[in-house]
Amino acid sequence: MDKVKKITQKRLFLPVFCMFLVMAANIIYDVACGEFAFSFFTISVRNGVLYGRLIDILNRGSEIAILAIGMTLVVSASAGTDISVGSVMSLAASFCCMLLAGYGVSSTTELAVPLIVGVLGGILMGCVCGAFNGTLVAYLNVQPMVATLILFSAARAIGLLLCNNLIVYVRNDSFKFFGGYLGFIPTPIIIAAVCVVVMALLLKKTALGLYVQSVGINKKASRIAGLNSSKIIFVCYLVCGLMAGIAGIVASSRISSADSNNIGLNYEMDAILAVALGGNSLGGGKFSLAGSIIGAYTIQAITTTLYALGVSTDVAPVFKAIIVIIIVTIQAPPFKAYMKRRAARKALAKGGAAA
Amino acid sequence: MDNNVVLTMRGICMTFPGVKALDHVDFTLRKGEIHALMGENGAGKSTLIKCLTGINAFEAGEIRVDGIDGPVVNHSTLDAQKKGISTVYQEVNLCPNLSVAENLFIGREPKTKIGTIDWKTMVKRSQKIVQDLDMDIDVTQNLEEYSLALQQMIAIARAVDMDCKVLILDEPTSSLDDNEVEKLFKLMNQLKAKGVGIIFVTHFLEQVYAVCDRITVLRDGQLVGEYPIEDLPRVKLVAAMMGKDFDDLASIKSDESPVFSDEDILIDAEGMSHKGTIKPFNLQIHKGEVVGLTGLLGSGRSELARVIYGADKNQTGTLKVKGKEAKINAPIDAMKLGMGLLPDDRKAEGIIGDLSVRENIILALQAKRGMFRLLPMSKQIELADKYIDMLQIKTASRETLIKQLSGGNQQKVILGRWLATDPDFLILDEPTRGIDIGTKTEIQKLVLKLAKEGKGIIFISSEIEEMLRTCTKMAVLRDGMKVGEITESLSQETVMKAIAGGDK
Ligand SMILES: Nc1ncnc2c1ncn2[C@@H]1O[C@H](COP(=O)(O)OP(=O)(O)OP(=O)(O)O)[C@@H](O)[C@H]1O
Ligand SMILES: [Mg+2]
Repeated sequence: MDKVKKITQKRLFLPVFCMFLVMAANIIYDVACGEFAFSFFTISVRNGVLYGRLIDILNRGSEIAILAIGMTLVVSASAGTDISVGSVMSLAASFCCMLLAGYGVSSTTELAVPLIVGVLGGILMGCVCGAFNGTLVAYLNVQPMVATLILFSAARAIGLLLCNNLIVYVRNDSFKFFGGYLGFIPTPIIIAAVCVVVMALLLKKTALGLYVQSVGINKKASRIAGLNSSKIIFVCYLVCGLMAGIAGIVASSRISSADSNNIGLNYEMDAILAVALGGNSLGGGKFSLAGSIIGAYTIQAITTTLYALGVSTDVAPVFKAIIVIIIVTIQAPPFKAYMKRRAARKALAKGGAAA
Repeated sequence: MDNNVVLTMRGICMTFPGVKALDHVDFTLRKGEIHALMGENGAGKSTLIKCLTGINAFEAGEIRVDGIDGPVVNHSTLDAQKKGISTVYQEVNLCPNLSVAENLFIGREPKTKIGTIDWKTMVKRSQKIVQDLDMDIDVTQNLEEYSLALQQMIAIARAVDMDCKVLILDEPTSSLDDNEVEKLFKLMNQLKAKGVGIIFVTHFLEQVYAVCDRITVLRDGQLVGEYPIEDLPRVKLVAAMMGKDFDDLASIKSDESPVFSDEDILIDAEGMSHKGTIKPFNLQIHKGEVVGLTGLLGSGRSELARVIYGADKNQTGTLKVKGKEAKINAPIDAMKLGMGLLPDDRKAEGIIGDLSVRENIILALQAKRGMFRLLPMSKQIELADKYIDMLQIKTASRETLIKQLSGGNQQKVILGRWLATDPDFLILDEPTRGIDIGTKTEIQKLVLKLAKEGKGIIFISSEIEEMLRTCTKMAVLRDGMKVGEITESLSQETVMKAIAGGDK
């Protein structure tokens, strides 16, 4: 009993538990369908590339995972969320494609500028957006939700303006790379992995993690202890914008175009959810990057599973919502306190009976 | 239950991971009695109180309250309030971003006929409460606008305004001045006359002897005993708390007064000020000198120190550090010049609650080194262990979250944080707040030792005796202005006189 309790109190318990739950659902479904029980985990090589449901989840979940990295920092340092990441993804994609195709061109097979210029331009656009959000939140003390609401609603429109109100297609194989394959592995998986590893190294080898958490827990005390609270919050938003830029390039490369209205749609919700699922409090402070990443892939797994189960695209959000409600309730302090009290009362009753 | 008794706690047990915080503790409170609950830091005083008010769930034992049949188990402060138990916790736990009036009436707002909050009545009644305590406060302002001491008074006013049988005061006087303490004692005596039972926790022994009728002593989570005040003179009380004899009043300062030369000037402030908190002042601090800042509440003693450190921005004048003009825009600049500030408001400006004791200790040093020069873990552990040991911090482990430590032990961690940065000039704003009598002497000795090593120190305390024991010079403040310095014949009398603003 004590062992069970110890495990459930571990930080990563919740995200890992959710992950297993989704996998179990898959196995049950496969068995029910009379398929091989572990077909969920089977990875095969078809047409020279990796293939399988697990690979699909890892591939499709890349954008959420990349976004979750930045969102984790933002939530921790500012006790708020950046709801603009989905729109910023779209803006970064638009800017990138506009550069690659040239202004006003709606479809191209030839690149107007070197690939690297377009891609870096898109990523830079993400950074600019992040810096804008960061300035509002860190230096002008605007509520994170309100500050990021501006780009949430404006970024897509700016993207459309940049593209002269067109959906720009870049039908060039070199641009396809980011959403395609590197050897036999889907490139998005590799990009996400690189982002995660770089961030993990930063957290391990520098004091970034300590700084961010410290500011998130007590901004005033951090300042007295010598931290530049505003700068740290700014950097978190900047990183969040950077990640949105990268995710935007991946998403746009997948469809070889900059579809302002659809790229990154509702991704901010998934990114926030990934952070929450990862066992991180949305009230800021302590965070676990690993938790957020597991959370991100869990969400993708849920989505993929729901589709595999034949749930239609329109209804899937309802199921997601139900899952969110459960998770948020389990994490809520009053609920935790209630469980603790219940345990204490039980112990008391037991002790009383024994006496 | 005895007719005279309002509250009994029997065999209370409570365990935190790694600590047996309470081990079969008994406590009895009678009507119209002021009962001191004493013990060293981490003895379990606050925990016992929190078991009573439902913040902690105790594992074994029984609580009975006069007028209620059967054992009582509260689930929240509100729950306890409904049973007539009103509490002021050790850390002010009001809402800084609500108005004073709202804080006074939170959870019991006066309602209009249609059930909305009756703001007019609320403000009017708040004004009365505040006036009764002679506090000069605008009740419509946010609570955070006021100093910690005033916040503490407001927390007390709130608790007292509620009809109660039992009033609990956990270190209510830790940031109060003699004046406020006087007011509080008057209030306590009035309630006592009405038959309210009062539990009073403090580390100021004089205060115990000034108002209390009875003393219960805890040590390491265990009950040492309950004594009528006459049976437990000061020496015996200290011995009961510490488990050994200890002379806390012994002199620690050497008698000869040191001589400082101009070459030894460490800090030279000229005409520094911050609008609204402190008017332009000059102050010189030499290497090896301990300068006390004294004055009434709100006289600007903390504010003066904050301006030097850059916690509040200096708006006029100049600061020279070791002879060189210094430009300080933020605390980090001051730290790089070798300064450190232990702030007076531990909860708001000191601890990073959700971080471990280790992380809290190394934080300032790490900030000074910069983000890219992470202290190796082995070094972090070494530092943490060093200060846990040196300051006798009572913690289950170095990885325990600081918020799980007792108030006094949290204070020691923050002190350790600054010692770890090895500053040349250290500002200590109420460094012994909430610290028990034994450790208090240790800290005073530490301050003198640091001075001997050639560090400059500003020492701020609302306890004049404490400053007399450590300081070589005192600066007197009044109404946000430095009005003078006392360098010779430092005594209780001269200092009091200077503070009150008699002859000058
Ligand atoms: N939330 C908590 N989690 C874990 N341990 C705790 C918690 N609260 C208190 N403790 C431990 O319980 C013990 C008693 O703490 P308590 O706060 O009651 O001390 P105290 O007598 O009030 O001390 P002080 O004079 O410093 O306020 C301490 O060792 C402390 O570390
Ligand atoms: Mg306490």
